[in-house]
Amino acid sequence: MNRTAPFLIAGLLAGLLGSNLAHAAGATHVTASHAWIRVLPGALPAGAYVVLRNDGGAPVALTGASSPAYGMAMLHQSSGAGGMSRMTMVDALTIPAHGTQTLAPGGYHLMLMDAKRPVQPGERVRITLQFRDGSTLPVDFIARPANALGDQG
Amino acid sequence: MKFPRLLRLALLLLPLAGALLLSACHRDTLPFKLTDISGHMPDLAFQLTDDHGKAVSAADYRGKVLLLYFGYTHCPDVCPLTLAQLHVALQKLGQPGDDVRILFVSVDPARDTPAVLHAYVNAFDKRAVGLTGSPRAIEALSKRYRSAFTREPSGKDGNYEVTHSSAIYVFDRDGRARVLSTPGTPQADLVHDLQLLLTSGASA
Repeated sequence: MNRTAPFLIAGLLAGLLGSNLAHAAGATHVTASHAWIRVLPGALPAGAYVVLRNDGGAPVALTGASSPAYGMAMLHQSSGAGGMSRMTMVDALTIPAHGTQTLAPGGYHLMLMDAKRPVQPGERVRITLQFRDGSTLPVDFIARPANALGDQG
Repeated sequence: MKFPRLLRLALLLLPLAGALLLSACHRDTLPFKLTDISGHMPDLAFQLTDDHGKAVSAADYRGKVLLLYFGYTHCPDVCPLTLAQLHVALQKLGQPGDDVRILFVSVDPARDTPAVLHAYVNAFDKRAVGLTGSPRAIEALSKRYRSAFTREPSGKDGNYEVTHSSAIYVFDRDGRARVLSTPGTPQADLVHDLQLLLTSGASA
């Protein structure tokens, strides 16, 4: 017990330091706005949208997301080439230095699957965005009805 | 008093000429803003199942202006966007918009049961109808409008996407194909053309 305590403390410190370092990376320069989810009935997958702004001097790559409210979140892109609607997986989405990247209906979006319980319009849902450097950014998304066209109105 | 012979003839022919002119206007010359497909696509015809589980055909929707769109409920982005846009367009029409029906035809009948479709379409608009059916019946309707869809390979979780046409086919009250819209076309143009079709009446 006594012998392992210092190791435990060291481990905890390393963990804390690690997470602090992670936060000190890309995510610290990124701010999110207009974050919303289009809620669909039943267990159907939902699309999540957000505008990401990078105030840093280096590009930041969004690589994934997770949420306690959903079993899975994936970065996707819809495209309409040749009059066909198609959805493809996206490995990484770059937010340019001193620029913005928009996840919006009909383009880049997060596909949320396996809702743990039905999400109701008006609820706020926490989604943690993951960046390539390991840093993360927790964002509260507002749940909107199926026929909404944006985060408000 | 005697009418000159020529004038009498002209008076007799006038209603006939008027009727001809009106029917020509109704049939071919509405000033659409969207892509006019009048006469280039076949009249609406299908045998499918609606979102109440009832067998339906195109004849059940005669008298309504129709928006035909192919999609599937597990499509989280483009299909909801399109249906939300159609909902907003119908809202802009006001009361006359109640004479419009959105026909959402599933290209994923394996997952889209009438019950799933019912909850889905009603989340967008009460005037939306979900249609499903045998793969053969759905493919026949899709081919009729030179539309296409392809089921993509399943992921490791068994989930799959369906690539499908993004077109919206607009039919008049008589089931005739009139204009083609896409999610990218200006909403005002769609509202304009729907107004034209709603006011051109149910003749024929």
